[in-house]
Amino acid sequence: MIIYIGKRLLAIVPIILFTILITFILIHVSPVDPAEAYLTAAHIHPTEELLAQKRHEFGLDQPLLVQYGRTVVKMAQLDFGVSYVTNEPVWDEVVSKMPATAQLAVSSIFFAIIVSIPLGFLSAVYKNSVIDYVSRGLSYIGASIPQFWLGYLLVFFFSVKLDLLPVEGRGSWLHLVLPTLTLSLALIAIYTRLLRASVLEQLQEPYVMYARTRGIKGRIIMVKHVLKIAIAPVITGLGMNVGKLLTGAIIVEQVFSWPGFGRYFVDAIFNRDIPVIQCYVFLAACLFIICNLIADLVQLYMDPRISLKGRSES
Amino acid sequence: MIAKLRAILRDRKAIAVCSVILLLFAMVALFAPWISPHDPVKVNLAIKLQPPSGDYWLGTDHLGRDNFSRLLHGARISLGLAFLIFIASLGIGLVVGVISGYRGGWLDAWLMRFCEAVMTVPNLVLVLGMVGIFGPGLGQVVLALMLVQWVYYARMFRGMVISLKERQFIAAARISGSSEWKVIRRHVLPNVLPPILVMGTLEMGWAIMDISALSFLGLGIQPPTPEWGAMIHEGKAFIRSHPELMLYPGLMILLVVISFNLLGEALSERFGVKRRM
Repeated sequence: MIIYIGKRLLAIVPIILFTILITFILIHVSPVDPAEAYLTAAHIHPTEELLAQKRHEFGLDQPLLVQYGRTVVKMAQLDFGVSYVTNEPVWDEVVSKMPATAQLAVSSIFFAIIVSIPLGFLSAVYKNSVIDYVSRGLSYIGASIPQFWLGYLLVFFFSVKLDLLPVEGRGSWLHLVLPTLTLSLALIAIYTRLLRASVLEQLQEPYVMYARTRGIKGRIIMVKHVLKIAIAPVITGLGMNVGKLLTGAIIVEQVFSWPGFGRYFVDAIFNRDIPVIQCYVFLAACLFIICNLIADLVQLYMDPRISLKGRSES
Repeated sequence: MIAKLRAILRDRKAIAVCSVILLLFAMVALFAPWISPHDPVKVNLAIKLQPPSGDYWLGTDHLGRDNFSRLLHGARISLGLAFLIFIASLGIGLVVGVISGYRGGWLDAWLMRFCEAVMTVPNLVLVLGMVGIFGPGLGQVVLALMLVQWVYYARMFRGMVISLKERQFIAAARISGSSEWKVIRRHVLPNVLPPILVMGTLEMGWAIMDISALSFLGLGIQPPTPEWGAMIHEGKAFIRSHPELMLYPGLMILLVVISFNLLGEALSERFGVKRRM
């Protein structure tokens, strides 16, 4: 088990190096000169002298390989440079924006889980019943609805028409309701589908028939055996869909003026604040990789039938 | 081929309904300049925010532009760009995937590592990052989406090439005297086409969603171009007085994307192709 985790951790290193390389290449092939972008963002008129000075400061006059090495070493120490706009270290700013996004993400995942587990499970057990149609319809819509539009629809109904919930901002728990609903619908769509398919698959397994013939009550088979195993793909899904959560958060934070990491990223794009952009892409990749690893490990723990050997090779 | 298509349409209602909806949208997209009753970008403040009438079927927006004409032109932009992205990423993916699978060795290993690295960053994050570095704008958004999407095709084609290289039926067909063209048409294409069809259909849906999301953020298509996401962005200022301004374009996106998704899923079931979530 420890060897397996070690192997997986080692495999992460080249992927992350490659990801850094991609952002590095992008910055270098882009027509934008970071020194110039810095001066523009800081509202300083770029003169030749200043540009040369900044280029030297950023190490842009060094050979590319040296620059790449430096970027990697700095990132490993969580040093992402200084924001062009505020002149504060990027990492400090990121840390200060993190709690808002984390709050939104956690509440959305939590809500998605408590809705989709019963929904997916019941729609598989009562296949082709009303609840199945409702849950399948919901997952189709959830997968296809533009999140920003959904956000505005909810604002229209709950804030404008019914005047129940605040339109935007972060404050009381009431502020959390609409962003959470918006962000979680896409997740509910995925998890419900995954669980439904996985329960249906488990119901075909011989162990269910065996338990039935031994006279174990249907309900106990369902909850204690089928659900326990069927939930594994949902957990992998949690890890794999961290990207959906992340990109969803960018949009939802914009719709509801939620002061989180995603909004910070979009502001950085408008200002061409390259260190912030680089930091966000890097952290997104890390988060994705780590969540996938955790999901794999949890799945392994929950379903002992999965062998370590086959997985470490794939 | 046509007989097969007919069989598919017969046994799958979903495919038929979605195809009809999408064909309709495709026609609208193609003929928007000729069928829309008004100029979609012509500002006329004298008739702003009018209710639906015989002349303006869905009313006018805050600048007095005809909502109906703008929606029709929006189809042209969304579907057109999504199709462009699909073709371009398919092309790049085809070239890279075939070379990678055929050559093998170190080139294959490096190309595939590269694809994996691209896949580890959530698509929209990478696209936003590129737009951030290259600057906002329509061209940059299309380029960024292409550069992100091709890796999935490259991996798919690589897998196909590797498995087809080994297949005996192709060697058998060749030995038994089939021409090169016949081998491709009868044996290679039927194996290659379904996954492309499934992936392409699903990708069109994603591309339309991503383009509209970027336009909504203000990073993609800029006003006054009538793109659906940009229209929602403009319409949200009138959410209290005229919610229909943001309602119509959103419904359009939902309808098109849901059709692409349902069609993609029905096709993947029909052909037994595994899809990525």
